[in-house]
Amino acid sequence: MSLASFLKTRLVPAELDEHINRIRKPIGSLGYDPWGYNNEAIKYGLSITKQIYEKYFRVQAHGVENIPALGPVLIIANHSGQLPIDGLLIGYALASREKDARIPRAMIERFFPTVPWLGNLLNEVGAVLGDPVNCAKMLANDEAVIVFPEGVRGSGKLYQDRYQLKRFGNGFMHLAMKYKAPIVPVGVVGCEETIPAIANIKPLAKALGIPYAPVAMPVVLPAKVHLNFGAPMYFDDLEIPEEQVTERVEKVKAEISRLIDKGLSERKRLF
Amino acid sequence: MTEQRRPHILITGAAGALAQQVIEQLRDTCDLVAVDFREQVYLGDDIPSYCIDFNKRVFEDLFRRYQFDGVIHMGRIMSSQLTRMRRYNANVLGTQKLLDLSHKYGIKRVVVLSTFHVYGAVAYNPALIDESAPLKSAGLSADLIDSVELENLANIYLWRYPELNITILRPCNIVGPGVRNTISTLLASERAPVLAGFSPMMQFIHIDDMADAIVLAYKKPTRGVYNVAPQDWVAYQHALKLCGCKRIPVPSIPPMVPKMILGTLKLKSFPSYLMAFFKYPVVIDGRAFVNEFGFEPKRPLKEIFRFYRENKRPV
Repeated sequence: MSLASFLKTRLVPAELDEHINRIRKPIGSLGYDPWGYNNEAIKYGLSITKQIYEKYFRVQAHGVENIPALGPVLIIANHSGQLPIDGLLIGYALASREKDARIPRAMIERFFPTVPWLGNLLNEVGAVLGDPVNCAKMLANDEAVIVFPEGVRGSGKLYQDRYQLKRFGNGFMHLAMKYKAPIVPVGVVGCEETIPAIANIKPLAKALGIPYAPVAMPVVLPAKVHLNFGAPMYFDDLEIPEEQVTERVEKVKAEISRLIDKGLSERKRLF
Repeated sequence: MTEQRRPHILITGAAGALAQQVIEQLRDTCDLVAVDFREQVYLGDDIPSYCIDFNKRVFEDLFRRYQFDGVIHMGRIMSSQLTRMRRYNANVLGTQKLLDLSHKYGIKRVVVLSTFHVYGAVAYNPALIDESAPLKSAGLSADLIDSVELENLANIYLWRYPELNITILRPCNIVGPGVRNTISTLLASERAPVLAGFSPMMQFIHIDDMADAIVLAYKKPTRGVYNVAPQDWVAYQHALKLCGCKRIPVPSIPPMVPKMILGTLKLKSFPSYLMAFFKYPVVIDGRAFVNEFGFEPKRPLKEIFRFYRENKRPV
């Protein structure tokens, strides 16, 4: 038995292996897709995430069944907590659902592909450079795509601004309209408390070429996370002025805001 | 009853393995004339073969003598060969001469072999790049300028002289028996350098499949630019593993370090100006070509890598 297969039997439970093999993905003969997703790597990724999801953050997910079983879909959520933990947890919630599990793709910061090891690792578990062309091609491929329209504005915000939604970009709405993809809004509660930052050292971030340099404790706190998935929202593909696109984006934003409030009211305590 | 005239085709870059595959496929049905910039190759008594510089005046004599119907231009000198200046003369000025003569002598079909390198490797490349994407390569490396210029030139002729029916093919990495490009040399070697922590997605096409693609393209006079790549992908380091190559990591950050190391080592198979292609993915979308020309690659990646694994020591 080779080391790789030995590790696999220890790390990846047989049922998870089978569960992932059942999910149909458009991959090539060696298990890769054009964006670097790898069917073997995802098994390790999900095994580790399972522990993080169930034991560390003790995630409570409601309404994950709202994500359609087939076809293109955009999963839109609020972004928070310095590291993309929220994307990981939303992805796991969908990948592990009993019926019609899907492996979603997350759009990530442009900075990640330049980081050795981490960039490839993220690609292998389904994360993709947040480029509109990538998102369009994946929707055309019938993928479920996780987008945080706030981008670094959301993930880099300070603890004092927690649960205040920053400006949403309009790009996701244009893509949803063009590819007739339903939008499933998600309210994430708890990730704001995982890495509370009190300040952002902008000159340091600039010098290092990273989006932000938070002043925070060097630990990820085990806050309890609530994910609330809303009902799918459908938008037509009529040619409309940008102003009306922004109105539609505001509708999605308002729904996410409502889902966040729901999560906050459900939450008994921080940890 | 008059006998139908066999098509006369000029094939450039005849010393390359790919051109020889194309010649094999076409020799039964067409009258071929082979030329190469580098050397004269013997291709049998039925195929006249010349070692010729396109920029010399005698090149025109071939057009006068053989009355070509079509040209398959595979004579692009790869970025690992010759000096920048000589490559520019051969690839850009030479191609211009070739296209001018094609126009003058009423050629009806031209297929130009380009490369996916023209897209350039940058961290922000989306995957499945299609033909209308900008060609960033020229801005990234002076050593790839001639490849981009060759394409620009072919594009200008494509629109200015529609009767030439120019088709430009941009294949992904061409590999397989006899291929002498950088990636093939790497896959065939015992040890290959990798940039530590980077394993970009790559696409490979078997030389026989590529020859099929060129012949298919030649036979259907649809003008345009097409990517040629199978619908299959693999990470660079995984490909090396499957080829039985030992991976030698080169420190990758800060970006100056690998550039300095490779610049000093001057490895022919891992030149510093191609470094970005081993760092960031350039994944092209070959579906337009498949749909237009009915192309179907037949050799899977596993078969390609098995060849390299079993032929580590060439005879």
